Amino acid sequence: MNENEKVTNIFLSGVGGQGAILASNILAEVFLNSGYDVKKAEVHGMAQRGGEVTTHFRFGKKVYSPLIKHGDVDFLVSFELLEAIRYINWVKPEGRVIINNQMVFPPAVNLGLREYPKDVGETFKKYFKGNAYIINGQDIAKNLGSLQSANVVLVGALSSFFPGLKEELFLEAVKGLLASKLHDLNIKAFYEGKKAMERKD
Amino acid sequence: MKKQIMQGNAAIARAASDAGVKVAAAYPGTPSSEILRDIANTYPEIFSEWAPNEKVALEVASGASFAGARALACMKHVGLNVAADPLMTLAYTGVKGGLVILVADDPYSHSSQNEQDSRHWTRFGKVPMLEPGDSQECYDFVKIAFDLSEQFDSLVLVRSETRVSHSDTVVEFGERVEPAEPAGLDRKEWQKYVMVPMNVRAARIKVEERIRKLEAFADEFKHNKMELKDTKIGFISSGVTYNYTKEIFPEWSSLKLGMVWPLPKKMIAEFFEKVEKVVIVEELDPFFETEIRAMGYKPFRGKDVIPVMYELSPDIIEKALKGNEYREPETRVKPEDLPRRPPNLCAGCSHRPLFYALNRLGAFVFGDIGCYTLAAAPPLSAIHTTVCMGAGVAQAHGAMKALGKEALGKVCSVLGDSTFLHNGLTPLMDIVYNKGNATTIVVDNRITAMTGQQEHPGTGFTIKGEPTYMVDYEQIGRALGVKSIRNVDPYNIAETMEVLKEEMDKDEPSLVLCVDAPCVLLRREKKQFEYTLYAIDEDKCRGCKICLNINCPAISWHEGAGESTDGHKRKGTVRINPDQCVGCRVCQQLCKFESIKPVKKSQ
Repeated sequence: MNENEKVTNIFLSGVGGQGAILASNILAEVFLNSGYDVKKAEVHGMAQRGGEVTTHFRFGKKVYSPLIKHGDVDFLVSFELLEAIRYINWVKPEGRVIINNQMVFPPAVNLGLREYPKDVGETFKKYFKGNAYIINGQDIAKNLGSLQSANVVLVGALSSFFPGLKEELFLEAVKGLLASKLHDLNIKAFYEGKKAMERKD
Repeated sequence: MKKQIMQGNAAIARAASDAGVKVAAAYPGTPSSEILRDIANTYPEIFSEWAPNEKVALEVASGASFAGARALACMKHVGLNVAADPLMTLAYTGVKGGLVILVADDPYSHSSQNEQDSRHWTRFGKVPMLEPGDSQECYDFVKIAFDLSEQFDSLVLVRSETRVSHSDTVVEFGERVEPAEPAGLDRKEWQKYVMVPMNVRAARIKVEERIRKLEAFADEFKHNKMELKDTKIGFISSGVTYNYTKEIFPEWSSLKLGMVWPLPKKMIAEFFEKVEKVVIVEELDPFFETEIRAMGYKPFRGKDVIPVMYELSPDIIEKALKGNEYREPETRVKPEDLPRRPPNLCAGCSHRPLFYALNRLGAFVFGDIGCYTLAAAPPLSAIHTTVCMGAGVAQAHGAMKALGKEALGKVCSVLGDSTFLHNGLTPLMDIVYNKGNATTIVVDNRITAMTGQQEHPGTGFTIKGEPTYMVDYEQIGRALGVKSIRNVDPYNIAETMEVLKEEMDKDEPSLVLCVDAPCVLLRREKKQFEYTLYAIDEDKCRGCKICLNINCPAISWHEGAGESTDGHKRKGTVRINPDQCVGCRVCQQLCKFESIKPVKKSQ
């Protein structure tokens, strides 16, 4: 009855400079070209200075709000562990979570005033049994030759949840949004991300 | 036409081009900054410029309008306050070519010094305002705004806000209007444009007539949309708030206001007639609600339940209006227990050593708007006020006048290069003229950094990257009458402290310029440091934590009891992250135990 029920909510979180915005731009191209209505909202006002970056990404037949309701996230994709746990309450009980296994210390941790949260992966596994995936995006990207491509590794990982989407659309989006010298690297990153998901379970 | 996903600001830029705009001017301000960047990068047919402030931007645009060309001025909400002076009188002169101000609000103050509702300016100025709710409407409404401007001989405001400017939604473009050749300036029209009292009184009548005509038009305007579904409940909303409300209540009726001033009175009357219970959902102030109540209607719900501050969202609306039906998400972890991640000055930023020096000197620092405001937080703790651009310069003067000689050596103001040109020159002139003794420190990082690296009259480049005359701050200072002008290299802490102390002690106006200190993110002027990487010699580190006082993102504390090789007990050591260090050498100057050393960076 409610047409809004068909909307899928993807929440991306990370630290300025990790490529969360680019990742969401790739998703936007892919879902738009697959015939969906798409809306995306970012918070990155001062992210250049090491702050948090979050993106609300929504697709469906018709999307009204660019913002996801608190507690309504279907997929949480996080580029950093602390920025994953910060948004754990946003995810639906049956939601899925993909986390890049990387730590970036915020100032209070650097100064020794606060502790970086422990066992983030375990916490997610506890609440999202079988639906929490910790990806070593950093290592995968490093092996490919560029730390920068960890964001596309995560996009590849996420893509495995949408088998109906044409793979070429992801590759086209990567090509459309990145400089040509980065195409090969990022296309490899996409496939490595996909593979990383196969290895789980 | 192919559908595209596009940021609201990008859609506004495209609309300016498709509307045949000839001149566009702005001062950067989040969330409006991308509009002029996109115009400059993508639409070469438009003359575009960064103006030193919003008042100038609007004045430039209005000049183009008086010459018969379509013109756009862009700014954020606080920028509209700066431009209020020309705004209020341009409402009287009217326009020749279409004249539009795009103002972007920032509910929740994501990156602003206040959270004001720009809709008040439309009522105050007696000019119309449109409010888009997504990128498609950004594109459509900006084009419509130019038509309305010419049709009603009026400046038109278009109000965006963070969630519209910075959301990406689907857009389909319409027809492009070929820009007409400007009709040119006509000396015979002087009574329209010269606002001397005799002409003001004539224009005053026109202002009232125009707003009445616009009221009638509002009832016909196709973007004021009534959607009658189940009429037990109906919502009045505008902009992105409409989208939030539709998300939660798709089954009820709705009156969406595309034009937020003047209001469509007949349409509102009809809505109250057809709908049993009218709920007004608006972000920030009860602007519609006040007006609608003044018309004699009684809304069922409004600001009695919808918050009057911060940004709205679908869940806030759901909570406010559905009450118990709202399902709170499960709390798995308390986010308030997690360390926050506030923005910080970049590794290698030249402001860090300057503010460290000011902190050590114990100065009270009147600050300004820019990255350096981040130095207010501990441990740098060296900015004590931030009001608006240029305010700190005048405030330091006022404070020193109030305190007399006892303030010498204890007070100064700090502002960035772009900010200094925006509104710092006038108060500096005031200090000299009124025999003040305040010290003004210009942190010249050679770009408008906070908003994402925009050019200004001190960088030597235009918005298009073309070389141009570069302001000389020293000459300006002299022209304003400042006699004591000093240059410092902020990366040399001892020398900086010495100069600052001398200047702040002087019983005369001083101008201190931080030189050779470009923004570390600015590729064009990439700061060359002697070494590109420093590292901690863990044998020597005593864990004294002094180097942590500069809050460098590359330096972190690592617990672990032990002792240094010279036998000093320690509770841990610091480390420098080689991926983040750029080699500014500030930390080395603080270390008393010579445990910070340059190393070769391995790639």
